[in-house]
Amino acid sequence: MDHPTIGDRISGALIYAALAVILVLVLYPLIYVLSASVSEPSAVIEGRMWLFPVDLTFTGYNKIFHNEEVLIGYRNTILYTVVGTAINLFMTTAAAYPLSRKDFAGRGVITAILVFTMFFSGGLIPTYLLIKSLHMINTIWALILPGAVSVYNIIIMRTFFQMSIPPELQEAAAIDGCGNLQTLWRIVLPLSMPILAVMVLFYSVGHWNSYFNALIYLSERSKFPLQLFLREILVKGEVDNMVQGGAAMIGQDQQILDAEIIKYAMVVVANVPIFLLYPFLQKYFVKGIMIGAIKG
Amino acid sequence: MRVFRKYWDLYLLILPVLVYVLVFHYYPMFGLQIAFKNFVAVKGIWGSPWTGLDHFQRFFDSYYFWRLIRNTLGISLYELAVGFPAPLLLALMIHEVRHRSFRKFVQTVTYAPHFLSMVVLVGMVLMFLSPQKGVVNHLITWFGGEPISFLTEPEWFKTVYVLSGVWQSAGWGSIIYLAALAGIDPGLHEAAIIDGASRLRRIWHINLPGIMATVVILLILNLGSLMGVGFEKVYLMQNSLNKESSDVIATYVYQSGILGSQYSFSAAVGLFNSVVNFILLVIVNAAARRLNETSLW
Repeated sequence: MDHPTIGDRISGALIYAALAVILVLVLYPLIYVLSASVSEPSAVIEGRMWLFPVDLTFTGYNKIFHNEEVLIGYRNTILYTVVGTAINLFMTTAAAYPLSRKDFAGRGVITAILVFTMFFSGGLIPTYLLIKSLHMINTIWALILPGAVSVYNIIIMRTFFQMSIPPELQEAAAIDGCGNLQTLWRIVLPLSMPILAVMVLFYSVGHWNSYFNALIYLSERSKFPLQLFLREILVKGEVDNMVQGGAAMIGQDQQILDAEIIKYAMVVVANVPIFLLYPFLQKYFVKGIMIGAIKG
Repeated sequence: MRVFRKYWDLYLLILPVLVYVLVFHYYPMFGLQIAFKNFVAVKGIWGSPWTGLDHFQRFFDSYYFWRLIRNTLGISLYELAVGFPAPLLLALMIHEVRHRSFRKFVQTVTYAPHFLSMVVLVGMVLMFLSPQKGVVNHLITWFGGEPISFLTEPEWFKTVYVLSGVWQSAGWGSIIYLAALAGIDPGLHEAAIIDGASRLRRIWHINLPGIMATVVILLILNLGSLMGVGFEKVYLMQNSLNKESSDVIATYVYQSGILGSQYSFSAAVGLFNSVVNFILLVIVNAAARRLNETSLW
């Protein structure tokens, strides 16, 4: 490795060059969004803004923070994320711990029952009819209960318990008179903070970003999560514009211009919590994937 | 019974999870019987009259059948050809980087798009590709080309779908390969260097075989979901002008079932799709086990 050949130097340089290109391709759209969100709208629309903000303005953000629906969406999403993640965390632990115990009779059968649902499901329509008959339409439960636990995450957590918590420790606790639940609460969970962090992040990012259940189960706007409002602003608005052959360019009305940078600002605002958490996310998500990979 | 006395609290703990899978996963599987019935709301799933395979027949005969199959398979195969190798290549390249900080930077940047929601991703795609206002078309016209209306011309749909997917998830997908690469014995490389093997030969003969098991497992999962193009992204990118190449089974089920209230018919379409997926997964897994001794179960 100390004296690479000329061929290896060339291939090494090519790899670095390729990675540099990839970096630009991934970073550019992200920076563009950030810059566009604080630029003069006409500069963005006419293509005078390439990388750095042109004629700095915060109109977009100002409009967003005075938009009541965006705030409602934000509030709802926080509520759904917190309640949903709490339930997910309880359910995942409640399944993973018993299944991690080699002395737990029936773990094979229960695991099979759970894993089968990863490969076959009733699908959209029967699930929809079920939610409807449970009168969960237009309630928070329609967003939270159908995905109350992910079998994949149960397997990850079970694997962690098996690998990282010595069975001897649990047996010793049992001899000292600890019940099973006490062992879980006092011995196992305090040693499982890393995996609990992984789970909180997996689930909460999932709730934060999801729109599908809200789309099919919610019709009252006051209950919409942020992603549904985002969809109206980013996706539907954009398509309408395109289908009408770019009315925005013909009108040149300031409001229509502003609408354009509001979109960019919306993307930034919607992702602020996630990017604040990003350093933790990266570390713990990677850890979760590694554990998941061990048990395929 | 003794077992139960010792473990009753663990059974109690897992009970909510069992109730959950029975209600939200297994009950809907029984609900699939409406695919063979004419669902009447007042009679419910169990009381509605049987019609046999009528709904399936109607789907197979419908004008949309081949279009849906063609689009669903077309998107998956395109994704398999472009989206599957991308994270593998990226991981092989990142693994060759010796400067820790550069490596870390590449990873931090390429993982980031994974955390954007589907709505935001598609929103960005639409803004960037907008014919009059988007940066991509500004670039095209700057080089003297004609603006392309990527989202309304059907022939562009699959490319936009697949490439934006690569942008979002190639970095994230590389994590699992990097983990496998880290597990390869460095002694193999040292020996190969002494024997005069170049970097590319070492990647080809040591790294690639070293992570083959991981590649095969991910390939099985991919092939097994060949007919399972997800709803979320296609639906957001879809519009009346590109529908000809963007309509897939999942969006069709949503449209005819949830929006059109043809519950029995859409359940039949969905069931057809799940069964094909399940069979594919079993076949591919069996083939992989025979060829490679790698299997999901």
